[in-house]
Amino acid sequence: MSLTLFDKIWNAHVIDDLGEGTALLHVDRHLLHDLGGGKALAEISGRGLSVRNPELTFATADHVISSEPGRTGGAHDWAQALVDSLRLESRKAGVRLFDVGSDEQGIVHVIGPELGITQPGTLMVCGDSHTCTNGALGALGFGIGASEILHVLATQTIEQRKPKTMRARFEGELPKGVYAKDMILALIGKLGMAGGVGYALEYAGAAVRALGMEARLTLCNLSIELGAKVGMVAPDEITYAWLKGRRFAPRGARWDAALAWWKTLPSDPNAAFDREVELDAGSLAPQITWGTSPEDTIAIDATIPAAKPEALEYMGLAAGRPLAGTRIDRVFIGSCTNSRLPDLRAAAEIVRGRRVAAHVRAWVVPGSVGVKRAAESEGLHEVFLAAGFEWREPGCSLCVGANGELVEPEARCVSTSNRNFVGRQGPRARTHLASPATAAACALAGEIADVREFLA
Amino acid sequence: MEKFTVLDATAAALPTPDVDTDMIIRIERCVRTPRAEMGRWAFEMARYRADGSEDPAFPLNRAPFRGARILVAAENFGCGSSREMAVWAIAGMGFRCLIAPSFGEIFYGNCFQNGVLAIRLPAPAVDGLLEALGAATAPVRIKVDLAAQTVTGSDGKSHRFDIDALRKKALLEGLDAIGMTLAREAEIAAWQDADRARRPWVWP
Repeated sequence: MSLTLFDKIWNAHVIDDLGEGTALLHVDRHLLHDLGGGKALAEISGRGLSVRNPELTFATADHVISSEPGRTGGAHDWAQALVDSLRLESRKAGVRLFDVGSDEQGIVHVIGPELGITQPGTLMVCGDSHTCTNGALGALGFGIGASEILHVLATQTIEQRKPKTMRARFEGELPKGVYAKDMILALIGKLGMAGGVGYALEYAGAAVRALGMEARLTLCNLSIELGAKVGMVAPDEITYAWLKGRRFAPRGARWDAALAWWKTLPSDPNAAFDREVELDAGSLAPQITWGTSPEDTIAIDATIPAAKPEALEYMGLAAGRPLAGTRIDRVFIGSCTNSRLPDLRAAAEIVRGRRVAAHVRAWVVPGSVGVKRAAESEGLHEVFLAAGFEWREPGCSLCVGANGELVEPEARCVSTSNRNFVGRQGPRARTHLASPATAAACALAGEIADVREFLA
Repeated sequence: MEKFTVLDATAAALPTPDVDTDMIIRIERCVRTPRAEMGRWAFEMARYRADGSEDPAFPLNRAPFRGARILVAAENFGCGSSREMAVWAIAGMGFRCLIAPSFGEIFYGNCFQNGVLAIRLPAPAVDGLLEALGAATAPVRIKVDLAAQTVTGSDGKSHRFDIDALRKKALLEGLDAIGMTLAREAEIAAWQDADRARRPWVWP
């Protein structure tokens, strides 16, 4: 029988079929973060339970810690208390913590792949909806809630209903100035933000195969903005070359055995998907959102549509006008969507030798200490600093504002993150989602701008 | 977990599609507000004006919806962030049952973890309920019978809904999911032993 990538990984993790398409699944990797990790671990011990497999559980500080240069934890008492709790509880439970100040700290969905914790065919969960990011390596990753975190800590398993499958093919070759972020925003625009509800998505096609691993991570990251808990790319030579030698990746004979299994995972040629969609990557323009949902996306040179009057009012925009040329106040390059080395390189390429507009406050928040150091070794931080960007410390920062870093009310921010929801970056803050290169171009122009005009 | 059998209660309507969990509970509240106080902060951006008073434009502030325990909502309710505090906040407002054409999937799962019954009904049925509630000037009751899997509106019209047998049983009996899985420890251990041989590289 022909199977999809998703089916194969699902089947490999079924401990028991519970009927009606629901299964008890084994969890290979469980990631915790500072927003709820300490509390969850404390609740487990408080109930007289223990963490069943601490060696399969990893923790990092990312959501509530400051991104201020020189930070040692949270910028506020309440944030520091969460970091302290994660430190104490992970030590007590024997869970490895990538703490502030360590070489491995970073955004949970950046360090999972970067450290080789995420591997093809693994089933991963984390109390964060963007756990779908990990699917870029051919892993089955999805976000869970606080109660499910406790269930996984206590039992190393999770009950799930098997979703339907959808394949999104991107054919053709991406034009200059167009990136993975533009591909996925365009797909969300086409299908709508509920278009993927009930599906596990697989991204395929020539344009996906041509993407590097970091770009695939960006692609999979926004699966949940389609309503899909799971988004995946089949592992291939790009995956294996990227993963080999990473800290927690298998070595020696274990690598060889793993590789042999990983190569059996891609969807069989005749595998049937419940739904298929196709997009022409070659005809895409840089995308930017105009409203308060990731589905509210247009080509950078398009006019603002006459739809969703409440969203337009919130965003302070008028239908029928071009979005380009709209004055901005903030730029945020970061988040689990777009904070990896190639993202920073793409932005730096635009920024090099230019200046951020005087009225714009622009931040670069690398996704991890690993990304930050690699970027610094290439001198990217100097490019950003010379242009007037702030070069900050790794964490979630302005994507969600859980650490107290916010965009001011009615200020307009071009952000490389994943959600432009009402109030996401702060009460009444106005968010436009875009690629790192587009965000960089906007920072320089001081207004929403077409990155293609900045490319040689 | 509290059992759910039959709920015959006042219903409220929130006809906005794609209500995300950031809208339901702000991240600051997730971090800094005790669970018992979250109900007060549910939907705060739409529910309160800048001076802290209730905004009459927000549907759930309407008089006929006071004390409602059933919330009828629009497509893709609870999309976005996995924060379970969104369910705690809605439950804290008094809601025990949510009815919509579709839900954000993580939110949907989180509801059942907290004894909140989330019901998917076809869009025309939900539209009918939303319409009746939108026109109401006095409280309107809806009856939800989990065992029979029916929602009965004030017009007496009954709609049957689908639900996983496992979720239904857990709600009807108030079962503890962790306790049930812990009872299967031998099975989990056997699976892990076999997997150590099958996929040794997965095990540190």
